[in-house]
Order: sequence, then structure tokens, then C-alpha cells
Amino acid sequence: MNEVDKILTEQDKKIIRALQNGLPLVTRPYQSIAEELEMTEDELVEKIRSFITDGKIRRFGATVRHFELGFVANAMVVWDVPEEKVSETGRIMAGFKEVTHCYRRPRRPGWPYNLFTVVHGQSREYCAGIAKRLSRATGVTNYSLLYSTAELKKSSMRYFE
Amino acid sequence: MRLDKIDRKLLNLVQEKFPLLSEPYRKLGEIIGISEGEVLARLKQMQDEGVIRRLGAVFESRKLGYSGTLCAMRVEPDRVDEVAAIINSFPGVTHNYLREHQINIWFTVLAGSEDELGEILNLMREKTGIREIMELPAEEVFKIKVNFSLS
Repeated sequence: MNEVDKILTEQDKKIIRALQNGLPLVTRPYQSIAEELEMTEDELVEKIRSFITDGKIRRFGATVRHFELGFVANAMVVWDVPEEKVSETGRIMAGFKEVTHCYRRPRRPGWPYNLFTVVHGQSREYCAGIAKRLSRATGVTNYSLLYSTAELKKSSMRYFE
Repeated sequence: MRLDKIDRKLLNLVQEKFPLLSEPYRKLGEIIGISEGEVLARLKQMQDEGVIRRLGAVFESRKLGYSGTLCAMRVEPDRVDEVAAIINSFPGVTHNYLREHQINIWFTVLAGSEDELGEILNLMREKTGIREIMELPAEEVFKIKVNFSLS
């Protein structure tokens, strides 16, 4: 039995499977899902709250397609940051509203970059301008912009299936 | 799709504060000043047009016991479609982007365990004939934001 089997019951997994289909557009969406799961609406809402509290649900709300909203340029900006400065630099970059993702990742042979940010914007020039501002704010000057030219796949994970 | 002022308000609201109440769409309508029926109609249209991908829970894969990583590959331009089709055929691959760089295919993959993740990557190597898949797992997360604020 692994860690997760200990913390997630079969019923929890059933609930997660049902929730990943999304909420239906009906007056009482929680009631509708709860019925399928043979539980009450209140029990389901409580369960969702507890999943939010313990971090299993990161966010509860709509997921949007940014391209359709006019955020057509998407650049991954990768940074070569001295090890001792990564945490501080990551926190500064995360503070910019234009930065949607910011992670530390390992360096690899031929790949010197260890801090990854994603910037979405209306144009490439806009993304490049943000990268310049991030560079100025942190003093990190060795970086590279990787623009996306095609979205080859974007889907929601199906857990426990 | 052209979004009017009410659509934008609604979209900002449903990304950030989706009500955990018996009748959430009625509540959203009350906040914005439109009827429940209009909220449902607008959300349905935004879903149909692909602006909204899904309503509801975004799960934290690690807290559900899943392992994941960002991966990158260098693929010859004339093989991109074929290789992407192989990579995308794995259900754990949730995002895949073609990027302007020598290392041009960037995807994320999730699996039920570290072992399973390793097996998937080995299968990808086998099926594509490309040995080099750079694995770049997140070691520290400073931000994951998925809200797009519309003015």
C-alpha cells in the first residue's frame, strides 16, 4: 500500500473522478454530482472544502484557454542563476503579475538554466519586455526566451482512471 | 469570441471565487446583477466557444500521490508531427508545446508513481527512437498561477 492509498479512500477517489468531469451547468451542480456518488449535497461540498484545505485541490473555479482570451504569445524564459541566489530570485520573479509560473529545475549537460518562468502576453515584444524587467529586477543576465509556436496538446489530467 | 463587459466580469469571478453553495450560478448572478439563467447561458457559450476549458476543481497532482516532470526533446523539424503524436498518445501527457529552440518539444507528464513515470519515458524513447529526453522535474515551486485577469 503506498502513501496515497493510506490517505485517499476509495470513496475519495470516486469523488475525484466525478469532479474531474467538471461542474454541470444546472441550478444545483453539487446536488447533481452528489446523487451519482450516492452522497448528500452537503457531504460533497464539505469534502470539496476539505480537499481545498489540505491542498489536494489547488484552485476551485474555471480553467480558461488563454489563447482564446487574446494572450496569444507565450514564452518560457529560462535563467541561469547562481545556486545560492535561486530562492531569492524565484521569489522576486514570482511577484510579477505577468509571470504565471516560476520553478527551480535541475541543470543538465548542455543546459545551464535552473530557473524557469512562463510569461503570457499579447505579443512577443511584450514578453521580451517583461523578461528585460525581470532581468533588471534580479540582476540575472544569462537567460533565454523560448517562444511557443504551436500548442501540440493541452488537456486536464484524469486521475485514478 | 468577442467578450463583453459582463462576460469579462463573470470570467474573472468564476476563475477566482467559484461559490461552494447549493446554487452557485444564482449567487454569481446576484454578485454581477444578472439572472441565474443569464449566467448559465453566458457560461455555456464560453464553454462552447472554448474560452472556458472546465469548471470546477484543479487538483494538485503531488498531493494525490502522482509524480510528474517537464521533459524536453530535440526533434528534427520533419519529424515533429509524428513524434508529437507518439508523445501525446500517453494520457499522462497534459501539455505539449513546440518552441523555437534547438530543443523544440516541451511537454509535461504525470504518472501514478516514479517507477511508472520512468516506464513511460522509456516507452517514449523506444517508440520515437530518440534516446535523449531531458527530464526537468520541479525542485522548488515559486508560483503556479492559472488565473488570467481581464480588464
